[in-house]
Amino acid sequence: MTEHSDQFLLKIRGLKTYFYTEDGVVKAVDGVDFNVNRGEILGLVGESGCGKSVTALSIMQLIRKPGKIVEGKISFGSVNLRELPLEDIQEIRGNRISMIFQQPQTSLNPVITVGDQLAEVFEIHADLNNEEMREKSVELLRTVGIADPEQKALAYPHEMSGGQAQRVMIAMGLAMRPELLIADEPTTALDVTIQAQILDLMRDLRNELGTAVILITHDLGVIAEMADWVAVMYAGQIVEQAGVVPLFDKPLHPYTRGLINSIPVLGETKHRLADIDGVVPNLVDLPKGCNFAPRCKARKKYGLSICEEINPDLKEIMPNHSVRCWLYQDAEDHKAPLKP
Amino acid sequence: MPRKADVKNKTMKSPETMSSLVWRRFRRHPGAMAGAIILAILILSVLLAGLSPFDPEISDIKNRFQPPSGNHLFGTDGLGRDVLVRILYGGRVSLSVGFLVVGISLAIGVPIGSAAGYFGGWVDNVLSKVIDATMSLPALMFMILLSAILREIDAPFLKSNSTLTISLVLGVLSWPTAARLVRAIFFTFREMEYVTAAKALGASNLRIIISEILPNGLGPIIVESTLGIGYAIMEESTLSFLGFGIMPPTPSWGNMLDKAQEHLSQYPWLAIFPGLMIFLAIISINFIGDGMRDALDPYKILAQIDE
Amino acid sequence: MGQYIVRRLLQAIPMLLLVSILLFALVNVAPGGPLSQFSRSRRMTAERAESLKRQFGLDKPLTVQYIVWLAGNDWMAIDTDGNGITDSYGTRKGVLRGDFGFSYQNREPVLPQIMDRLPNTVYLMGLTLIVVAIIAIPIGIISAVKQYSAFDITVTTLSFMGQAIPEFWLGLILILIFYVGLDNPVTGKSLLPGGGMYTIGAEFSLIDRIRHLILPVSMGVVGWVAWWSRFLRSSMLEVINQDYIRTARAKGQNERKVLYRHALKNALIPLVTMIMIDFPYVFTGAIVVEQLFSWPGMGRMYYDAATSRDYPMLMGVLILGSMVIILSNLMADIIYAYLDPRVRYD
Repeated sequence: MTEHSDQFLLKIRGLKTYFYTEDGVVKAVDGVDFNVNRGEILGLVGESGCGKSVTALSIMQLIRKPGKIVEGKISFGSVNLRELPLEDIQEIRGNRISMIFQQPQTSLNPVITVGDQLAEVFEIHADLNNEEMREKSVELLRTVGIADPEQKALAYPHEMSGGQAQRVMIAMGLAMRPELLIADEPTTALDVTIQAQILDLMRDLRNELGTAVILITHDLGVIAEMADWVAVMYAGQIVEQAGVVPLFDKPLHPYTRGLINSIPVLGETKHRLADIDGVVPNLVDLPKGCNFAPRCKARKKYGLSICEEINPDLKEIMPNHSVRCWLYQDAEDHKAPLKP
Repeated sequence: MPRKADVKNKTMKSPETMSSLVWRRFRRHPGAMAGAIILAILILSVLLAGLSPFDPEISDIKNRFQPPSGNHLFGTDGLGRDVLVRILYGGRVSLSVGFLVVGISLAIGVPIGSAAGYFGGWVDNVLSKVIDATMSLPALMFMILLSAILREIDAPFLKSNSTLTISLVLGVLSWPTAARLVRAIFFTFREMEYVTAAKALGASNLRIIISEILPNGLGPIIVESTLGIGYAIMEESTLSFLGFGIMPPTPSWGNMLDKAQEHLSQYPWLAIFPGLMIFLAIISINFIGDGMRDALDPYKILAQIDE
Repeated sequence: MGQYIVRRLLQAIPMLLLVSILLFALVNVAPGGPLSQFSRSRRMTAERAESLKRQFGLDKPLTVQYIVWLAGNDWMAIDTDGNGITDSYGTRKGVLRGDFGFSYQNREPVLPQIMDRLPNTVYLMGLTLIVVAIIAIPIGIISAVKQYSAFDITVTTLSFMGQAIPEFWLGLILILIFYVGLDNPVTGKSLLPGGGMYTIGAEFSLIDRIRHLILPVSMGVVGWVAWWSRFLRSSMLEVINQDYIRTARAKGQNERKVLYRHALKNALIPLVTMIMIDFPYVFTGAIVVEQLFSWPGMGRMYYDAATSRDYPMLMGVLILGSMVIILSNLMADIIYAYLDPRVRYD
């Protein structure tokens, strides 16, 4: 495990991204803080709709109407991405930070060949002539394990399998050797065997290029296998973060415990999220206290009433292990400002 | 992409019935609400046209070509008849034709579309060809021909000038839209698990078609039917304008404009009001249709938020 | 591709046959039936009518009649005098070979008359189409890209209105304003002519031609611009929300290229297809504008034919119209297949 130092590549503080819909303000991301070290894989985990993807799109400055980043700081190196003009953001996207998506096939333009879409990255960010761009594209396709890259460069996305398309997306993401790669559920849409291959590929490339990765997934198995550091998200907020080993060894937040307990173990039969009753709350009308309170069994067990009144802060309980839960902090502590 | 159930959980504050959700969203569409109000006023005044002291068909030569005044709000026409009253009676014709045509389209289109979509295979092949063939007739030209033929032959029930006749002329060409839509709905839903389950439980084909699949398409069918009323009104007025729809002395917005052509330079008001009514009726209906489309698709915007 | 086109052409044949059966049925329902052009002749005797019936194969069952109507009977030995012995060949060539019969109005063959009028319609409607495309395409794109901007809201509202205005009423109002109402301050005559293709009796002048085009073209343009710009706007909006547009932005591509390289390429495919499908309707809809502006085209001819119940002429135009529609749909499919690599030719 890498040391979680202060030399962060990416530092997010108080990020809030809301969607202004006809049904009210959806607080998709509601005060998120985390850091990413150089070369580190951060796992961002949570159920569908918890704000993981919106967090990723916020970093990329790809939030579109009716969504808006309303608060917070996204520091990448020495700059705050929120304050950069669009041209500078475009200079960073695909070059220093790149992103791959859940649905590789719909993420590629159906009417442009794969090779041309790949070469486009060089056209934007590198000073190469057409022949060099073509060569580099083919070379990249070979690097990400596409057989017969010369031919495949001429193919259209619909002529590729999901796994191949995701390899193309990864090639595109890594073309400029970025410092940060955001992978949003990169394997969810793929077959199980292909999933493992894609994850191996990402880890190998990380090791080779030293690219930091934010790996977004709802699959704790993937997290356990890949991540160095883990942040668990629930209803737009991070409820727990720690190194991967302590998190799995000693999960603190009742939600994290529920997630981990619902991982199927060989020989046992378990339903998905068997330990957590109920559903993710309505993000328009969040509960007054802790977002997880309505579903929390520990709260009932210990008879905590404050959970329904005040939302706890994310607090570092142990070194490098923070949790947002009243089980681990007193109400008086709440007034004390959170340590940076 | 969101699963609909997830989004619904997030959308609905409290358990809310679909219809009240739709109504709430419809109300928020300013155009649709304005359209609904204008159409309601239109329908009401058309129904109350009989209260007027003027007769829509009896001429009053002394008072011909009166410009709009307190007595005759929209003036009088070449036979001295009150234009406003004729417009209102014409509205009865136009609106009835609109609803009748949609009724005819649904009566033909829904069974054909259901059969094609549900059974697929050769049934679909044959029915689709019929649908496509009907759609490949030049609509306006074909309606003119049909109307011309119907005028000359003595068909029972089809009086040459009746609302029903002209509605049939329009309906003969308008049903394929409904059929295509219903067919598409069946293609989407016929493989759903609950349909398979109903089949396994021994439900009859007719039962599955009517109570398992068709209700899913209610939204789009309602939207299309609403817009269909507008198309029908437009087509009826065009046909009547060309002299192949409703014939004078029965007033219709289209044939009033046809007559107005002759006196365009001296009595322009004759050309303005009936056209304005067509415009108002159609734009309200189109806005209502648009509002319903939005209201019936509550997943549109939330789709972007979910992952 | 070639194979695909051939296959699609073959698929169009049953459709044309279906349409022809339908139209044939109508010919038979029409008063007088296929022979009616002769029944109006004063010299017609019962005897001669019988002979004509046999000559045209009308003594045969309906199925045979259909074949005669479609393919003619000049290859069939027929019995004109009704004595049971075939004595000559038929005279009909059939619709398939362009024999649509003779017009009631002037006893001339139908097809050449249609061909005579067609260029005037193509001239008017072709220009209308070009103007529509020039206006609608940029409007649709800008409106989608600047969704909910003042421009978009204005355009959307106007196109709602444009789709609700009855074309013929718009024509009347245009005539009312620019022909009846406004005068040319210099000459004192009407600002724009209220009908015709050119000033009759005057020498050819481009300006005169253009002046005659302004009102009829404007009348036709409004509804189509409203429809196409709305269509392009919504297909553009759909494309803009696709995953691959997000990918293009995530690559660092600038907005202009995201728009032109990634979005427009996809959004224009349905529009081009739509234009192809609408194409024949622009022409078959020429009746209203040609009638209103006394334009000597096919639409006006159709209107006149309908007024005088000239069924052979009406049939002829309808059959050709259906053929053009079916062929345009075919072209739309072919263009779609050509533009969109996802369509497979099998």
